[in-house]
Parts: sequence; C-alpha cells; structure tokens
Amino acid sequence: MSAHEPVGGRLLTKPFMVFAVLAMIGFAILAARFFFGLGAVTNLNDGYTWGIWIVIDIMIGTAFGCAGYSVALLVYLLNRGEYHPLVRPALLAGLFGYTLGGMAAVIDLGRYWQIYTLFMPWYAQFNSIMLEVAWCVTAYTIVLWIEFTPTFLERFGLKNLRQKLSKVLFIFIAVGILLPTMHQSSLGTMLVALGYQVSPLWQTQWIGLLFLVSAILMGYAIVPFEGILASMGLRRPVEGELIARLSRIMFVVLAGYLIIRFADLIARGALGLAFAGDLDAVMFWVENLLFVVPLLLLVQAGNRSSPRMIFIAAISLLLAGSVYRINAYLVGYHPAGGGWHYFPSVPEMLVTVGIFSLEVVAYLVFVKKLPVLHRA
Amino acid sequence: MALNRRDFLKIAAAGVGAAGAADTAKALQRGPKPMPPEALGMLYDSTLCIGCKACVAACKEANDMPPEHTGQAEAIWDTPVELSGKTLNVIKVYQDGDMEQKDREVNGYAFVKRHCLHCVDPSCVSVCPVSAMTKDPLTGIVEHHADRCIGCRYCVEGCPFAVPKFEYNEAFGQIQKCQFCSHLQAKGQIPACCDVCPTGASLFGKVSDLSEEARRRLAGQAGERYVFTRGELGGDRPPHEAKLADYIKDIYGEKQLGGVQVLYLSAVPFEKLGLPTNVPEYSYAAIAEGIQHTLYKWMIAPAVLLVGLLYVVRRNLGRRGEAGNESGADQSSDRGQS
Ligand code: SF4
Ligand code: SF4
Ligand code: SF4
Repeated sequence: MSAHEPVGGRLLTKPFMVFAVLAMIGFAILAARFFFGLGAVTNLNDGYTWGIWIVIDIMIGTAFGCAGYSVALLVYLLNRGEYHPLVRPALLAGLFGYTLGGMAAVIDLGRYWQIYTLFMPWYAQFNSIMLEVAWCVTAYTIVLWIEFTPTFLERFGLKNLRQKLSKVLFIFIAVGILLPTMHQSSLGTMLVALGYQVSPLWQTQWIGLLFLVSAILMGYAIVPFEGILASMGLRRPVEGELIARLSRIMFVVLAGYLIIRFADLIARGALGLAFAGDLDAVMFWVENLLFVVPLLLLVQAGNRSSPRMIFIAAISLLLAGSVYRINAYLVGYHPAGGGWHYFPSVPEMLVTVGIFSLEVVAYLVFVKKLPVLHRA
Repeated sequence: MALNRRDFLKIAAAGVGAAGAADTAKALQRGPKPMPPEALGMLYDSTLCIGCKACVAACKEANDMPPEHTGQAEAIWDTPVELSGKTLNVIKVYQDGDMEQKDREVNGYAFVKRHCLHCVDPSCVSVCPVSAMTKDPLTGIVEHHADRCIGCRYCVEGCPFAVPKFEYNEAFGQIQKCQFCSHLQAKGQIPACCDVCPTGASLFGKVSDLSEEARRRLAGQAGERYVFTRGELGGDRPPHEAKLADYIKDIYGEKQLGGVQVLYLSAVPFEKLGLPTNVPEYSYAAIAEGIQHTLYKWMIAPAVLLVGLLYVVRRNLGRRGEAGNESGADQSSDRGQS
C-alpha cells in the first residue's frame, strides 16, 4: 500500500485551461522558428547568440529542476529520512524542469537535425564542457523518469515490476545525485571560455561551484514554493514541520554561498566594479540583495516556522538564482567587438512562457492522476 | 533550532578556501599549445591598407557568399559593415576627429581587416562538442565542418575575436567563418584576399617568415623607403616601394591569447582597431580545459564519487528498512526518523 495518493478532482479547472492555452500559443509560434530560422522568432544577433531560451529555459529551468537532486542529497546522502514525503513532489519538479529544458535545447539548436552527432563517440570532443553537459543532462533526464517510474507502476497496479525495479533503484538514486553535481557546475564553468567578454563580477574560475551551490539552493526553495502553492491551489495541508526544518538547511547553504561569492570577488579584486554605477553594477546588487533577503528572513528562528515567511524567502531565492544566471550569461556578457544589444522579442518570450505553462499543465495532470503527494 | 557557532565556523572555513582561489588559478590551467610546425598565416599591415575592399569582394566570390545590404535596403551593391552569416571578411575603419591623416590616432583614421585569426590555441575548437571546428596539426588552419555541427553556437560565444557567425534567417542555417581559403590552397593557390590585395597589406606566408618580415618593418625608420612584397611572402610577384609608417613597435598576435596565425601591424594603438589588448597571454581555453581536466581526469573523481554514493545510498536505504522499496517511500513508518 502506498503512502502517496492522487489528489483527484476535476482536471479542466480554470488555471489549467489558461496554462494550456499559453502553452499552445508558445508552440504555434515555434512553427515560424522551424520554417524561417531562429531570427524569425528571436532577437538573437551576431553578438548575442544565446538568448533567453538558453539562459531561462535551460539554465534556470534545470536549476528549478534541482528540487529532486537537492532533496535526494538530504534524504539519501545525509540520511534524513524525515524529509521523505518531499521526495516525490520534488522529483516531479525535476522531471519537468529537465525534460522541458532538454526540449528547449533542441528548439534552440541551430542545426537540430544533426543532434545525433552529439552521441556518436567518434565526433565527441572531450575538452568541450558543452559535451559533458549534453551527456549528463540527457542521462539525468532518463534517470529522473526511471526514479519516477514506481509512481506509474503503483498507479497501474504493476506490483511485480515495481518490486523488481525497487531492487536496483538505489543505483539510479546514486547516479541521480552524481549527474546534477557534474552538470550544474559545468553549466557555470561553460562561462570560463568566454573570457574577457564576461564582466569580472561574474567571470571566475569558481563559477562552477557557485552555479552548483545556487542550483542546490534553488532546488530547496522549489520544495516549499511548490508545496505551499499546492496547499493553496489544491487545498492540501502544508508539510509545515518539514518545511520549517528544511528552511534551516537552506539558511546554512545560503550563508555558505554568499561567503564563497564575496570571498572570491574580494580575492580577485573585482568588487570595485560593483560601485561603477552602470547596469552591471545595478544588476549585481539586485542579484545579491535577492540572496541576502532570505538570509535575513531565515536567520530568525521564528520565521523559520512560518510558512508565509518561508514562502517569501523561497521566492526571493528562486529570483536570486535566476537573476544570477541572467547576469552571468546576458547582462554581464559584453560580446567581443561591441555594439550589440539584446532584449528578447515578444514571440521569443511567449515561447518561454509556453514552455513553463506546459510544465504547470503537466504538473496538474500528474498530481491529480498519480500518487505523487503524501497522503494527507 | 538555532544556528550555533560551530555551524558558522564551518561555513567560514569554506569561505577561506574560496579566498585561496587566486593562488589556485595557475594550478588549474593547462599548459600553452605550441605553434604548429608548418604554420601558415597572414600579415595584415594596417598602414599599407587603402580600404579598397578588393579583398572583401574577392572573398565573396571565392567562397560563393551572397551580397549583404546594410542600411539602405535599396542598395544594389554589397555593403557589409561587420562579419555575419553572409560575410567572412570585412574592412572596418577607425576614425577620430576630422580624420585629416591616415594612420594617426588623433584627428586621423586607419583601416582594419576582420576575419578568423586561426588561433594557436583556439577557443572555438576547445568548446565545440562534436569536433565541428578543427585545427590542422601541420598548418594550423582552423576549419569549420558544417556536416556535423549541431548549431549550439558555443563557438560564437567563445571566440575572443567574435568571428564565427550563424545564419539566423535560414530554416537550415549554418555557422560561417573564414576557412583561410583551404579549397584554393588545396589547388596550390593562396587565399583570395591576399591574392587580390594591391598593396600587400594582406600578405600570405609561413607564420615564422611573416613574423620576421614584421620585425624587419618595425626595425626600420619611419619615412624610410621599403620594398613591400605582394600576395605571398617569397612569391614572384612584382613588389612595390613605399615609405615605412610610424608603427606601434609591437606585433599584435604573437602573444595575445596564446598567439594567433594572423599577425597585425599598425600605426594606431591596436585597441583602436578593435583588437582586444587587455587580455592574458594564454587562451581562455587553457583555463576552461584546466578546470575540467582537474575535475574529470580519466573520470577518476566522478567514478570514486559514484562508488561512494552507491555505498551510502544503499546503506541509508537499508537502515530505514526500505532497501529495495524506494523512491518516494512506501512505508509511512519512515516519517519522523532521522
Ligand atoms: S579567431 Fe575565433 S574562430 Fe578563429 S580560430 Fe580563433 S577562436 Fe576560432
Ligand atoms: S555551433 Fe557547431 S561548430 Fe560551433 S560549437 Fe556548436 S557544434 Fe561546434
Ligand atoms: S585588398 Fe588589401 S588594400 Fe584593399 S582593403 Fe583589402 S587589405 Fe586593404
């Protein structure tokens, strides 16, 4: 018997319809991309060749998807079994974050029909961090689906298969911890090759570590974010006690992140740029204030047991990690040669909105129809 | 559950570790790459260039590239202002004040030619996941192979000279960049731009010879008569005689970013020509690869980590009495344990 159950209820609610329509609009626009090229839909140009489809859909999307990874770290590595009810919802966030991130990658690839070369060993170029990211993300997406399989098997009553899978599941859990550790840091290290084109406020050899730790933080933040939203939207009880404990862990990791971030800036003598008064500097402070707000909120023990405060802290953290990625790859990136500008076009943004909407739609279907959430 | 002092000390220790970042920078870097043994390249002397753009037209013809209409859509002639998916080679101009005199920084102007510099340690080759950018081990020419490229455009972001460009307005676009006319060289010819250049501003040759030639020009006195070769260094075309310019006493490209095979001479500071000067003497590829190689050498670290993870995860699952019954806990008994 499972400790999880489908939420049930009507599927075609108003929010569901709104998100479904948004998703359809996004995909309708995509047709133009395939018929007329990337330029027909996006504002990408010869200076900024990576736009929001890379930075938001892939980098931020998969960081949101780190929920499964972050909770797995707690439950399976630190053996904090009490967090177990959070595993399945977190895995679900990971499942969608990564699946849709992978989809966005294919959409953005200029020569997507040749994607098979990525997986032909004789073409592999092992110095490429992109190659490692591509392999890791693909493998992890598969692992996430396998880790989530018990949910399907339970739903369809396939006990036998479920038990067989259980015997080897620990392998997938372990691999599922290894892979994000590798590629979430590599998503940051990819920036190193861009060299002087990225402002020293973000360009550092430690960016891999910073991307990894901030992704873990975003993964933790997704849990209360999703949990509290679900409790409001689906009228479910909040896992209050658990989320309170989780917030303490968030606090410790966050303090560690900020110490590394600023120690590195000071060691490289780059902090002065934060007072240059330009857009880079402003965005640097926006980013770091968004990191500091949850730190100040969570330092008070009282707040750590208030779902409302935790919710605010979680949103601030999610924004902070997102702005960090946008800063590193877009705001702080000044392409060689100069004179280029980029701001996403409306259709480009609608595609991103569409992809996130598809995520929400899929989430609603899954939690309503499959045993994902812990029995109330 | 309040945070205690021990927690803070732990975090602080991690921070101190990061502060040591600057020292480890060098340790993480892989060594520089040597100039290929028979490296071919170009010497572009900005002071000889008259901005005729014969090289731009010849490049288009040799590589079968379409014309580009910048600004006025009505224009019937080719007017590229930057490298793009349609333009592999472009002449740009530096201008200051009333532009009275050529090759002068103040109130002057100067030309600069832009295309692939065929780096000694090319970032584009280092970042490409599918070996669609290659560097010839003998001649050092960096070539793009569209037949395997996935269009990720990491090379576009990674090139420190903003060279590779993508065709954004094609349903099936590709990366475009100067291939040093490898198809002409295969037939025993020289790159089209050097072939047509009337002044020898674009000069083809072996990199070692070209850098000697550059040094000879720098050693002379400004205003002195000098015999300039055209087309190919050591070729048999008639040279021409002109006065030596008042050069900046430096050859751009010998050291910058690990070295390049297209060298530049100029009388105005190189940064005015848009060449990055505030850069290290090693390629950024050397740092990126250094970090990756340290972490992933022979995949030892990930393998060790995986073995450790397998062990810990299995043990922890067993401890909670749910071994082999995992992912999302079936027992409600697993609540409240720690
Ligand atoms: S200039 Fe750019 S494209 Fe050319 S070899 Fe160097 S890194 Fe590659
Ligand atoms: S766009 Fe093509 S050539 Fe450039 S890095 Fe990607 S796969 Fe390689
Ligand atoms: S052909 Fe020679 S002189 Fe004319 S623009 Fe090109 S490099 Fe300059």
